[in-house]
Amino acid sequence: MAKIVVDVMLKPEILDPQGTAVGAALPRLGFTFAKSVRQGKRFEIEIDGDATAEQLAQVEKAAETLLANPVIETFTVRVEK
Amino acid sequence: MKVGVVTFPGTLDDRDAARAVRFAGGQAISLWHGDVDLHGVDAVILPGGFSYGDYLRCGAISRFAPVMQSIIKRANEGMPLLGICNGFQVLCEAHLLPGALTRNHELHFLCRDQKISIENTTSAWTSSYSQGQEIVIPLKNGEGSFQCDDQTLAALENEGRIIARYVGENPNGSRNLIAGIANERGNVVGLMPHPEHAIDTLTGPTADGLGFFTSLLQSMAGK
Amino acid sequence: MALDTVAAATTSPDTKQPFLELGLKEDEHARIREILGRRPTSSELAMYSVMWSEHCSYKSSKVHLKQFGDKAVKTDALLVGIGENAGVVDVGQGYAVTFKIESHNHPSFIEPYQGAATGVGGIVRDILTMGARPIAVMDPLRFGPAEAADTRRVLPGVIAGVGGYGNCLGLPNIGGEVTFDETYAGNPLVNALCIGVMKHSDIKLAKAAGAGNLVVLYGAKTGGDGIGGVSVLASETFGASGPAKRPSVQVGDPFVEKVLIECSLEIFAEDLVVGIQDLGGAGLSCATSELASGGTGGMSVELDRVPLRDPSLSPEEILMSESQERMCAIVEPKHIDRFLEICKKWDVTATVIGEVTTGDRLEITWHGELIVDVPPRTVAHEGPVYQRPFAEPAYIKQVNSEKVNVPLPTNAAEIKAAVLKLAGTPNLADKSWVTSQYDKYVQGNTIQAQPDDSGMVRVDESTHLGVAVSTDANANWSYLNPYEGVKLALAEAARNIATAGAVPLAVSNCLNFGSPEDPGVMWQFAETVRGLADGCLEMGLPVTGGNVSFYNQTGSTAILPTPVIAVLGVIDDVRTRTPMSFDRAGLDLYLLGDTGEDFAGSEWAFMHGIRGGQSPQSDLQAAMRLNALLVAGRTEKIFTAAHDLSQGGLSAALTEMVLRHGVGATVTLKNAAIELLSETPGRVIVAIDSSKKDALLAQAVKAKISCTHIGTTGGDSLTINDSVIPLNELRKAHTETFPRLFG
Repeated sequence: MAKIVVDVMLKPEILDPQGTAVGAALPRLGFTFAKSVRQGKRFEIEIDGDATAEQLAQVEKAAETLLANPVIETFTVRVEK
Repeated sequence: MKVGVVTFPGTLDDRDAARAVRFAGGQAISLWHGDVDLHGVDAVILPGGFSYGDYLRCGAISRFAPVMQSIIKRANEGMPLLGICNGFQVLCEAHLLPGALTRNHELHFLCRDQKISIENTTSAWTSSYSQGQEIVIPLKNGEGSFQCDDQTLAALENEGRIIARYVGENPNGSRNLIAGIANERGNVVGLMPHPEHAIDTLTGPTADGLGFFTSLLQSMAGK
Repeated sequence: MALDTVAAATTSPDTKQPFLELGLKEDEHARIREILGRRPTSSELAMYSVMWSEHCSYKSSKVHLKQFGDKAVKTDALLVGIGENAGVVDVGQGYAVTFKIESHNHPSFIEPYQGAATGVGGIVRDILTMGARPIAVMDPLRFGPAEAADTRRVLPGVIAGVGGYGNCLGLPNIGGEVTFDETYAGNPLVNALCIGVMKHSDIKLAKAAGAGNLVVLYGAKTGGDGIGGVSVLASETFGASGPAKRPSVQVGDPFVEKVLIECSLEIFAEDLVVGIQDLGGAGLSCATSELASGGTGGMSVELDRVPLRDPSLSPEEILMSESQERMCAIVEPKHIDRFLEICKKWDVTATVIGEVTTGDRLEITWHGELIVDVPPRTVAHEGPVYQRPFAEPAYIKQVNSEKVNVPLPTNAAEIKAAVLKLAGTPNLADKSWVTSQYDKYVQGNTIQAQPDDSGMVRVDESTHLGVAVSTDANANWSYLNPYEGVKLALAEAARNIATAGAVPLAVSNCLNFGSPEDPGVMWQFAETVRGLADGCLEMGLPVTGGNVSFYNQTGSTAILPTPVIAVLGVIDDVRTRTPMSFDRAGLDLYLLGDTGEDFAGSEWAFMHGIRGGQSPQSDLQAAMRLNALLVAGRTEKIFTAAHDLSQGGLSAALTEMVLRHGVGATVTLKNAAIELLSETPGRVIVAIDSSKKDALLAQAVKAKISCTHIGTTGGDSLTINDSVIPLNELRKAHTETFPRLFG
């Protein structure tokens, strides 16, 4: 069994008001480490056995078609041990 | 003149869109998301709401509904298609329109009587308005900020495909105050505000929205 | 741990059980043993503990609430009274309207967004359960001081939750309240109201009848939400340092509920259910015992058939789960296929979990073993009935003897300053920051919404029949005189209905109080119920149902008694309603009703830290005469506009009227300070065309209500005697408060 993780983020040029709001809230709580914050989505996909190259290609395709909107988002796919 | 109004699970303004069609003198046909048959309609409206609870992204799941296959085919053949609010989001997810709708810049759901100017009066949905006419119709959404890349924006502007623009303060952060756009052919229109909620002054802020529906009927009658 | 079955319970009478931790008292536990003739199984203990909690059993309030039935006015308009999920009234033309108001206070303090969201979800399901399509919601809300840090935590979350859930359901928000008072600092009040409409023949009741009929659970799957929320949360006050317990709060999914609504309405339209109950507080424990109690026989349920989101749940947890968006229907076998087909169309999980039996017991099995065997009525309806001691608390005589020495403006500049101050004070300031987060247009039938005096929706598109609803409360007056305070709130809500020209028809109520174990609080409650019952009888308005929320207190400090009264009215043609304000110059302004020196409990006194005095005395006969006058003002086409006076008195009412459409007014008052700031009840401002003067005066004489000309409309300022307040300045003061406070 393996876990494939797809991380989706808004493209850098797209306004991220939620990330901005989180970034503004941190110092109010005493956390001053952040220069900026952007918020994204994470999908965890469980599969049987190890992830084959073909499976990963399929996940990429699924990410492009459904999990992310390529007009405004980018994504990465990786296998988590 | 038969106008199809699609219902996805979670669609909310379908009955209102159907009412607007009737008010304008047309016949509203209810189209179920799971049914590929368009029942001989001459035009289609994708109404507002929270289809699939806005899961994943607004309209991201609805765009794959069986009925959408048939609608995309007919739209590519020139059938007039109007997406209102969530419907606009579905059209962008389905790539019938460019760009995407993102979270309102001030993060709150916003319901207000919004002034917009009609910038394109050649489409079937706006032909009864005059160029630059300012109307007031309700805007009510949480994800109405229209975003696209510079190239798309330039194309939209240069080709006169901005259907409507917000007048005054930008309510949601949309690029260039864009409230609605059309595809290259001009038959597919996406609009964030709700014309179906401004068809009479009893229930709406004005009757300015009725024009979207009467335009369609006039355009079709003219053909 | 081994399954605790009925067999095991019979043979192990001395097993220790955590009944105290579950909220049951010694004598209640003993009574359960007596009912069953043995110790309860752990599942039975779970059921009794949630169902006998204050929130579910009304054990402290029952003896008092009985008055609503005893003193009920006889009226054919009441189709379904107290006892069902919601009351139903006949509004004419074959339509029945159901409405109810409920509280979700404690969860909203802990998790504001989900507490408010699930509060809306719960009340909407109550309305759906009656067989109606929900058509509107309202939200009376009360928070701690506006400037307090914790209010900045709670308020935005609550508003977002009410909006987030209600908007997604497609229900217009047609009104509500936002009130700030330090009394609510650790105890916000989140009350939610829902209205539904149906034809008379559609009315559904919660009863399981007909042996062999199937018990079907449909909607969301069951998880660990809010386990023990009901008995643990609502029956415990918060320790002064924070919540004493941290139970899991329910999480709602409005999309699932929207789909549930559409699915249910299709099922109802085909008449496929014999009885139906929604799963709210106490989840399955409530639904099964209520349905079985309301029916003719018993019920058997296979608990292991319940679809689970979390497969690790024990039977006890399943019975106590408060997972949202679930309904329980009783379906005849011949209809089950069609029922399941409709659920499949909407992708709604539906499972047959049991059947109605010929016996008179509720029997629940877990993988074939009997774990619950109880008489259902003892769970659902024959819970403990307490005669809580009550006694007039010492503070009553003390505060009633206090003098109300409010400073009063003495010149034009001070008048202007007072009007501006009231316009901007959080309790009276413009609430657009809140209401713009709510959809008021969906369904296309909203005629009136905030900031109008009442919410109004059209019920029939061709005849333009409509209903109007208003909610009101005045905790300041209830604190000073609970008996009068609630009667004044009742009159206020009814007057708000009549101001638009609708006829008041029925009442619902949400009674928010401190701990019933405090005799002083119990006295406030007893007096309030007595006042409301007397008031409703006098005004001819039946109480159709409502909700009691006790234990709203922090440590030993109870909230001010806050009975929220909702009045529903009917209007034959919404197109003829009287609007709240005027949009042109040249109209004459009249004040209906007399003004006295009523500052006790007023906003002006509150702003000056003065909380004592004697509340006004209600005069319900005069209130009814005024309401008749207001309706005549519409039917006789006399009024151009009408606006009710309440908190903030004439000053607030004039402010709201002139800012509505940006048309000013010039007003002359003999004793401006008192006339502007006093909160004498029973007053309305009307604007009329001068040609209607005689008609107005004749109606006023007929109704025996004073009618005083106070000014005219027009211009770009609100001018009171020598005080000239430009509308720009007034608007700025009125509209900048909420954005400043909440961003």
